[in-house]
Amino acid sequence: MRLKKEIPVIDQGDKLGFWGGKFGGNFVPETLKKPIEDLETLFNKLKKDKKFINERDKYFKNWVGSPTRFIKLENLTKHVGGAQIWSKVVSDANGGAHKIYNATVHCLLAKRSGKKIICGDTGAGYAGKMLSMAAKKFGLKCKIFMGAKDIQRQRPNVRAIKKNGAEVIPVYSGSQTLVDAVSECMRYWVANCDKVAMCVGSTVGPAVFVRICGWSTSQISRELKTQLFDEFGSIPKKLKLYNCVGGGSSSFGFWNEFMDYNKKQCEFIGVEAGGPAKSKKHAAPLTYGSKIGILHGAAQYVNQNTDGQIEETESISAGLDYPGISPLHCFLKDTKRARYTAASDEEALNAYKLVTKFEKLRPSLEPSHAFSVAIKESKRFSKDTVIVVNSCGDAYKDRGIIEKRLGKKYV
Amino acid sequence: MSNPISHAFKKAKKENRPALLTYTVAGDSSKKQSLEILKSISKKVDIIEIGIPHNTPVADGSQIQTSSYRAIKNGIKVNDIFNIVKNFKKFDNNKPIILMGYYNMIFQFGENVFLKNCKISGVNGLIVVDLPWPENKKFANKCKKKSIFFIQLLSPTTTKDRLKMIIKDSHEMIYFISMLSTTGGKLKVSSKEILSNYDKIKKINSKKNVVIGFGITEKTIKSLKKADGLVVGSAICKEITNSIKKRQNPVTNVYNVVNRLRNKIK
Repeated sequence: MRLKKEIPVIDQGDKLGFWGGKFGGNFVPETLKKPIEDLETLFNKLKKDKKFINERDKYFKNWVGSPTRFIKLENLTKHVGGAQIWSKVVSDANGGAHKIYNATVHCLLAKRSGKKIICGDTGAGYAGKMLSMAAKKFGLKCKIFMGAKDIQRQRPNVRAIKKNGAEVIPVYSGSQTLVDAVSECMRYWVANCDKVAMCVGSTVGPAVFVRICGWSTSQISRELKTQLFDEFGSIPKKLKLYNCVGGGSSSFGFWNEFMDYNKKQCEFIGVEAGGPAKSKKHAAPLTYGSKIGILHGAAQYVNQNTDGQIEETESISAGLDYPGISPLHCFLKDTKRARYTAASDEEALNAYKLVTKFEKLRPSLEPSHAFSVAIKESKRFSKDTVIVVNSCGDAYKDRGIIEKRLGKKYV
Repeated sequence: MSNPISHAFKKAKKENRPALLTYTVAGDSSKKQSLEILKSISKKVDIIEIGIPHNTPVADGSQIQTSSYRAIKNGIKVNDIFNIVKNFKKFDNNKPIILMGYYNMIFQFGENVFLKNCKISGVNGLIVVDLPWPENKKFANKCKKKSIFFIQLLSPTTTKDRLKMIIKDSHEMIYFISMLSTTGGKLKVSSKEILSNYDKIKKINSKKNVVIGFGITEKTIKSLKKADGLVVGSAICKEITNSIKKRQNPVTNVYNVVNRLRNKIK
């Protein structure tokens, strides 16, 4: 298995949509073959179309708000001692997280295809919130599928989705979290694919959805590259990019533009959700060596039992609480381009405490996982090492959990 | 030796009626009871489909999901399913059995070991919901070598060129999904429209036995009588759920439903 240079990773899949010959693909019911093929044709055409790219950039700039800030965390750096700790504050983006990029592109595609309704899944509620925002902006009707458990624990985002005029459809099957929301959304699309466009909320699902999402979130690394040149005059000799990994959309987008750099110069560290320290359940299939299986149309490393039933996950962060992982990350792991590890619920909470104590930054529980590992490893690096953590979500949505776990003063 | 599935279609044709196919989930509501249900309906059914329950089924509606979750909760494993088939075949060796499921269950078992177990237990056909053509070519060939039919699925969204290619690669039986829906959806298109799509498939190759499934209930079955075969699944799963709710015996209740279905297409 080899990662090629000078070809975007999203385009390195084979004819059937497999990366490295075994990750991804299209394990879908026959009914979805045609709509997926149509979407593929449309996307392949438009991603080469200058007019479309200009349109995308216009919305990214004026509506999403680009670039998001790239800041040095001076106090945290001093406190930790070791490498310089920086952050790309992607939560500056309209709506408060990176999910806006994928949502915007999917709505633009839906418009081009003539569909008037768009459906999507959500875990933390960000993908749903952003899709409802973008749908409103582009005049599309919107349906959001969300696990009943997630509706309970991410209320601020649920309110936002409804305020944008979208319908929230609670999913009561299985573990009532993201995995079930994605299944239910796909089922809805199976039954309505003639009139409805589907947006998969991360770099997961059938191959074309993985590609569209990766293409969209790559905006993050395009901005960062320019910002690094502005700040340092070149790409730092020792650069380390930390990102949390659930489905894998923000991390892939955070790394994409740096793919061709030698990993000694530019290392990628993906942090999965390890779950509660005392629990055996987790959402870290790459860290804990889960086997390859099929989930939501794609082959990937996935938490499952020996029979092939998908296993329930557990994580304090709804956005990372997913048993599978993007085929792109499976590919980056097996080609050894990226390194993956996990942080527990408690470690993420501690990192949140530390970051908010020293900086004017409130990373949500998802990026708090990445901060946890970045802070831990930073101590052993030299001062000329540049660590960048993608703060890809804002903690506003986590108020309830943070208050309960850490007390009111941290909200 | 030809496949019993072909016999079943021939027999139904001789009697001038469509073959009746039923779908129940293995292990619903328990391993023992699901076998009892199969035994009780056997005489009224031409081909038996047994679902391999999976907990992230992307093409199944709420009825089959409920049955699947119930079966998994009650501890069903893939090996138990082969035992159910084996025991059923001891009871009625000539009745064809088709296993229907999602690819991950086969993938984890190992394609070759899975097929070997199919052969030993007496499985005659396989439907893999999320392994479409052309991805399924290799596996379909492996099935053929073991004289197990790999049953291709066709849908109203399947383009004409694709229809031709899939039919060309198909074995003797084809499954046509009546409408855009998950299983158990209400029939939202007219039977006329379904049959016109069905005719298009038959026109490409009249020798293939084409069954229609999705949305078929006691109410709708008669209107589609002209097909080679008709599959009823969710309506039966729903009956099991209702029987449990009402504390009645699912075995007799399911038998009654199947009996009525059969009488409607006599």
